[in-house]
Amino acid sequence: MKMGYDKRSDNRKFDETRPIEAKAGVIPNAQGSAFFKIGNTAAYAAVYGPRDLYPKFLQDPGQGLLRCHYNMMPFAGMGDRVRPGSNRRSKEISMVTEKAIIPVVDLSQCPNAVVDVFIELPQTDAGSRCAGICAASIALADAGVPMRDMVSAVAVGRVDDKILVDLEYKEEAYDEGPVADIPVAMIPSTGEITLLQMDGEISKEQLMQAFELAKAACKKINEKQRNALKEKYVRKGDDNEQ
Amino acid sequence: MMANILVKNRDIVVPGEELAKGMDYLPGFGTYRINDEIRASRMGIVNVDSRAIKIIPLSGGYLPKKNDVVIGKVIDVTFSGWRLDINSAYTAMLMMKDGSSEYIARGADLTHYYQLGNYLVCKITNVTTQKLVDLTMKGPGLKKLRDGRIIKVNPFKVPRIIGKQGSMVTLIKQATNCGIVVGQNGLIWLQGNPEDEVLAVKTIKKIEEEAHCQGLTESIKKFLDKETGNKKESEGKGE
Repeated sequence: MKMGYDKRSDNRKFDETRPIEAKAGVIPNAQGSAFFKIGNTAAYAAVYGPRDLYPKFLQDPGQGLLRCHYNMMPFAGMGDRVRPGSNRRSKEISMVTEKAIIPVVDLSQCPNAVVDVFIELPQTDAGSRCAGICAASIALADAGVPMRDMVSAVAVGRVDDKILVDLEYKEEAYDEGPVADIPVAMIPSTGEITLLQMDGEISKEQLMQAFELAKAACKKINEKQRNALKEKYVRKGDDNEQ
Repeated sequence: MMANILVKNRDIVVPGEELAKGMDYLPGFGTYRINDEIRASRMGIVNVDSRAIKIIPLSGGYLPKKNDVVIGKVIDVTFSGWRLDINSAYTAMLMMKDGSSEYIARGADLTHYYQLGNYLVCKITNVTTQKLVDLTMKGPGLKKLRDGRIIKVNPFKVPRIIGKQGSMVTLIKQATNCGIVVGQNGLIWLQGNPEDEVLAVKTIKKIEEEAHCQGLTESIKKFLDKETGNKKESEGKGE
């Protein structure tokens, strides 16, 4: 009989994320936009606003509102076709995404207005809410929304006896031992955690170990997010020289 | 001893990026201090002016500011004035008494002056904390726009389109023979021969794309020379 979880399907190290690709400014019609891909999980985010908020009773005269919309495309899932449109899962994820990002954005200069963030996932393989948060942060920065940092997010967890980072679907669905899947979102400059959820079971010691991995991975992801934004302008600068 | 500055002038920075350490620098627009560090709170170009660090944003929506000259579209006519869309999250109010240099009697038909859908060049007289915006039409250069076309650009690139003391916009006006009015809110009105208008739009779009590059005036001058030169040549062939 096999003992423990000793090797990941793609030969990654336990503290290694899947390959990451990030790009800013991919949707010309949006105020700001981004693409974030980690392994087989891909997310687009588009930001519109600050703009008028209706219905009027939602308006807050104290500060602007941030609204996130998380949506998985029908063909995006790992199993059956996802029924298009909003459902209980996507509503919850929209809400936690909003709460993960709101601590960094400053909308005090746009009372009664709203900033809309639309997150679309054309393809998912676990970790979709984290990919969505990463994409949304880049898109908000690209849109010129004042924010004190970009939020980085990654899933950590445990599969059997191992603590690992950035679980893929196969690992989440591992059935030969206990599994825990913990999406974490972090503000890298201060280390504050803005999203923490868990599915499964884990001991306190293992959880602390997992946090350490999450911290390191978020630092790396933040680097990618920053580069994505800068590359957008370097790209254009190069065109100019030709 | 000066404290460490971690970025160079004109670097492109992103939110959360560390700009300086220590208390010797002062955080300006688009930056904030956390403990003894200064960090960026917007994406943009760093501007270090002696001890003050600020960021010139590269993107974002228009936020109304007092004394800005903007181009607005009439979207509603009320008892006491006109409501204008100024390409921002907030609409602006042009009161009857500020609507024209001539006297408007109470109860007059306001559509007689400005119709729904008209574009006006106007000046912002006041902005409240709740972003209620007041406009005026009394002042030099403020007028109703007739004919021509309106294009939209990123409001943060408007200073580059205008240039130092209007040098850039004068350059385009001379090269294309177009009448141009640039609103601080990112709306631009152009009027001229159709081909000239197209060239002016193309030039403005080019400026918008390369606004963060250095030596912009030179490259635009070259671009315009080439384009207008080509046009003269092809006209010559036509004859």
